[in-house]
Amino acid sequence: MGAHAAFIAAAYGVAAIIVMGLVLWVVADHRAQRRALAALEGQGITRRSHAARIEDTH
Amino acid sequence: MTFYELANPHRFTALARWLVPALALAAAVLLALGFVLGFRAPADYQQGETMRIMYIHVPSAWLAIGIYTLMAISALGTLVWRHPLADVAAKSAAPIGAAFCLMTLLTGALWGRPMWGAYWVWDARLTSVLVLFLIYLGILALWRAIDEPGQAGRAVAILTLVGFINVPIVKFSVDWWNTLHQPASVFRLGGPTIHPAILTPLLITAAGFGALFLALLVAAMRNEILRRRIRTLRLLASAEAR
Repeated sequence: MGAHAAFIAAAYGVAAIIVMGLVLWVVADHRAQRRALAALEGQGITRRSHAARIEDTH
Repeated sequence: MTFYELANPHRFTALARWLVPALALAAAVLLALGFVLGFRAPADYQQGETMRIMYIHVPSAWLAIGIYTLMAISALGTLVWRHPLADVAAKSAAPIGAAFCLMTLLTGALWGRPMWGAYWVWDARLTSVLVLFLIYLGILALWRAIDEPGQAGRAVAILTLVGFINVPIVKFSVDWWNTLHQPASVFRLGGPTIHPAILTPLLITAAGFGALFLALLVAAMRNEILRRRIRTLRLLASAEAR
């Protein structure tokens, strides 16, 4: 790699950290949204349940 | 499947289920191949071994500009055609574009120190890319500042279109001003000035980063669709509770 190996390694290291950060952000966000949706559905809150309640009131 | 059929969240989520892993696999294969070929290529006669940094710096710079252009098209989709997925795409692309723009700035600085003797110079290309990064940060801040997604989408779309004026400035800065940054050497009239031994791995890594971006974009859009569904359910639940 020659005299500038540290700069090349640092550039690839920075790129790897940024890519890993993006992947972790997307995966963690997906899990958080899935959990939140499951919690709501667990309480019986769905679009269908809301539509059914509106029907009952008419 | 037409572009408008994709606006159906269920269709999009079903598509994302197989598209995200397929794109991620394509990205991994292309990046691995590109880096192997890139590190086997001979060193540049002027830059020496530091030209290996170009295999990440150049694709990330293309993506930083390309993602912003995609966001500007999405802004038109929001304001003119009112496509339901347009602001979902714009919101999901913004952090990815900002990350690739940061990658461009940092890898450029790490290339500049051994080649120019400085991590940073107030050169027209470097400065316009820094401005692009600041615009990305402004867009991310505006998304967070407004709670209602439709209202936020319209405000961000206007800001994105105003900020698009910087994209041709980034592209042509090396032609319009006397810059330290080298002029275009791939996409130029008369063809690339790079030897095929270096150009081929560069184009393969660029395709790999492109596939990576698409995988991240589709996954982030799926998350945003879920987030909006959750928001709607919470609003319905609070309306019923009253």
